Amino acid sequence: MAMTARQRAKVSLYVQAGIFVVAVAAVILAVDWKTVGNSVFNFAKIGPMFPDIFLIGLKNTLIYTALAFVVGLSGGLLLALMKLSSFPLYRWIATGYIEFFRGVPALLVFIAFGYGVPLAFGVQWDVNIVVMVSLGMVASAYIAETLRAGLQAVPRGQMEAARSLGMPHWRAMVSIVIPQAFKIVLPPLTNEIILLTKDSSLIYVLGLTASQYELTKFGRDGISSLGAGLTPLLVAGAFYLVITIPLSLLARKFESRSARTKR
Amino acid sequence: MNNSTGSTAAVRAAGVDIKDLRKSYGNNEVLKGISLTVEPGQVVCLIGPSGSGKSTLLRCVNLLEHPNAGTINVGKFEATDPDVDLNRMRQSVGMVFQHFNLFPHLSVLDNCTISQMKVLKRSKSEAAEVARRNLERVGLGHLSDRFPDQLSGGQQQRVAIARALSMDPQLMLFDEPTSALDPETVGDVLAVMRKLAQEGMTMLVVTHEMGFAREVADRVVFMDAGVVVEEGPAEHVISAPSQPRTKEFLRRVLDPTHIDVVED
Repeated sequence: MAMTARQRAKVSLYVQAGIFVVAVAAVILAVDWKTVGNSVFNFAKIGPMFPDIFLIGLKNTLIYTALAFVVGLSGGLLLALMKLSSFPLYRWIATGYIEFFRGVPALLVFIAFGYGVPLAFGVQWDVNIVVMVSLGMVASAYIAETLRAGLQAVPRGQMEAARSLGMPHWRAMVSIVIPQAFKIVLPPLTNEIILLTKDSSLIYVLGLTASQYELTKFGRDGISSLGAGLTPLLVAGAFYLVITIPLSLLARKFESRSARTKR
Repeated sequence: MNNSTGSTAAVRAAGVDIKDLRKSYGNNEVLKGISLTVEPGQVVCLIGPSGSGKSTLLRCVNLLEHPNAGTINVGKFEATDPDVDLNRMRQSVGMVFQHFNLFPHLSVLDNCTISQMKVLKRSKSEAAEVARRNLERVGLGHLSDRFPDQLSGGQQQRVAIARALSMDPQLMLFDEPTSALDPETVGDVLAVMRKLAQEGMTMLVVTHEMGFAREVADRVVFMDAGVVVEEGPAEHVISAPSQPRTKEFLRRVLDPTHIDVVED
């Protein structure tokens, strides 16, 4: 009568799978498909979104993400080196910066730079610059922590060997430690790009002209102009996946590939 | 090899002079006033139980560890002078580590050329030529395109020696160079070191290889608990030690399966 441990585990797995199937079926049955079909899957009317969703939405999302990443990577490297510095002031500045920009919502940073800077200094920044600065500053806080972990993961013997060959500290960092650290953080760094891609949608809080729309704003615009309900937003969402899924696959490839690579 | 001085003109050998060296970590004093001289072209082996301070002493010579007191002179450099050009000094001191510390992101050849190019400002072709010559010297000229993780431990250590030699050092420091190796690859590394000694390189070697020390060292220094207990020619220190602590250590090292019979 009593089941063996293996039998119990097997029964438990069947029960779990059963609960999952029942839950999914319940949701599918509960949905009002006719209404949803009209307002979310109304693909008949979205023709006008093309080709501008490529030429404007996708293009701008990629540009904003790339700009923010360049700032985030260089700022992050600088902050990571400061955080590992033997000079306490550098460590304090880096720690304060990282804690602040990781702690506040990116949306508030966008508002601060998009509306605060014109008020404070009387200058109106180009949208590209606002994105670069605000998203870049948030990104650099996250990337700094990733890079710091990577730099610390490089064995101490690497620095010692480089110094023993007569390299100054900065040279050993540049030629020996940092390249190895980057190899270590490549997978988490790819995740940072994915987060940035999605965070670039927060730019909607700034007043954008039509040619500056990125994917989300482009989709929202479609909601009001196309009469296809929320369908344009669904399409925009799919385009994010076009960017992020290849990045995920890339990250997984970096992860599975062993440390050794020919350049 | 007892009197190797001046056997090869190619090596400009430097000596080492250490006086009353002290080093503490917190309240733990690991070097308690060490004095040691290595003449140019001499091979000195440091032996002793783990924790005796021999690795720390070696690492003080190129200032990977900073001593608390005492002086170290390496060739024309006073290592303990606060104004010493550390990078210049280290160019003339080759260091070989227990765990090789090869640069895993660089090929064998690039491991041997990078500091030549970045530090000595040699051209790429000149650096590659020097590197190939030194890889030949350690018997690995055919592996220059490999990456470190494609090599055995013994091969990696020989690359590490070639990397150090490519900077044309006047002194070589070895920190337990065979301790992390599979037994069958130890011999190749020791053979390279023996050849270096014959060519007149000044060598300071922390080792547990008593056979190597007896055969190659001009002098053997036995350290224990941060002091030099006994030093002299290998045949004296290893074959006929005078101090009880040396005798005890050697008995354990040379006959590790020996079991003291304790009556109870």
